[in-house]
Amino acid sequence: MAFAIELLIAALLVIGAFFLLVGSIGLAKLPDMMRRLHGPTKATTLGIGAILIASMINAWTVRGFLSLHELLITIFLFLAAPITAYMIAKAHILHDRPTEEALPPTGTGAPWMTLSAPEGESIRDPNRESDRDGDGTTSQRA
Amino acid sequence: MSRILPHPVLTLVITGIWLLLVNAFSLGALLLGLVIGVLVPLFTGPYWPGRPHIRHPLKILAYMGIVVWDIVVSNVQVAYLVLFRRGESLRSRFVTVPLELRTPEAISVLAGTITMTPGTVSADLSACGRSLLVHCLETDDPEGTVAQIKQRYERRLKEIFE
Repeated sequence: MAFAIELLIAALLVIGAFFLLVGSIGLAKLPDMMRRLHGPTKATTLGIGAILIASMINAWTVRGFLSLHELLITIFLFLAAPITAYMIAKAHILHDRPTEEALPPTGTGAPWMTLSAPEGESIRDPNRESDRDGDGTTSQRA
Repeated sequence: MSRILPHPVLTLVITGIWLLLVNAFSLGALLLGLVIGVLVPLFTGPYWPGRPHIRHPLKILAYMGIVVWDIVVSNVQVAYLVLFRRGESLRSRFVTVPLELRTPEAISVLAGTITMTPGTVSADLSACGRSLLVHCLETDDPEGTVAQIKQRYERRLKEIFE
């Protein structure tokens, strides 16, 4: 029985490590900013999830108490990761002209929130040349 | 009731998180958690003008189950795409998801769900709050992806929140 539990914990650790590695490979390998964003957001879900489950099983069976800190880590990750990805995506849309021009219409008449400036203001810094020239090398600038 | 406990759900959440932080159940920890859970909503009440109405709490569990299952399935699909496909050959694109949800809480949960299920990342909201910009890692069928998001997640969130 103890062997089966250790096997389960080891398997979960390997699965978690595998998906974390895939997430990191995706971050390094994918060609542009928006595609790269897919790597880290998925690594946090299944990769860290499997490692946290392994940790809970280990605390419960080997060390003999119910540890729930892992649930907290999951909650905080699920709160923090989408918001981080959202902010990075918004910053990227704002600073990368080719991406901005490739956006589909909202379909409601209103602009996308990132690109809508308050009354009388511009979303762009007129002093920054890089805001105007779309050089197409998004991955380099991102 | 509403003056002492302006936000009963938040009270329960704070107490629960306090117990999780302590990581051991005891009467003292529960009481301290309850004190914090009562005091924090009292002091932060002005920052929470709206109260989300959760119509079907039990459906949250079903929703979480579906999301966890989707995370597992689509993680495997995306791992395959990352490992065995060249990055340039992925047909990535933005899609617009028109929203039927109106409450901010429901839209936040939907956007978070889209990001956490691999293959899609929510990138922006329209200024009027009625459509969501989603980036897909690999899709040949944008309408199908949008329909799936609406059918699988938005419909259920609408039942829970609205």
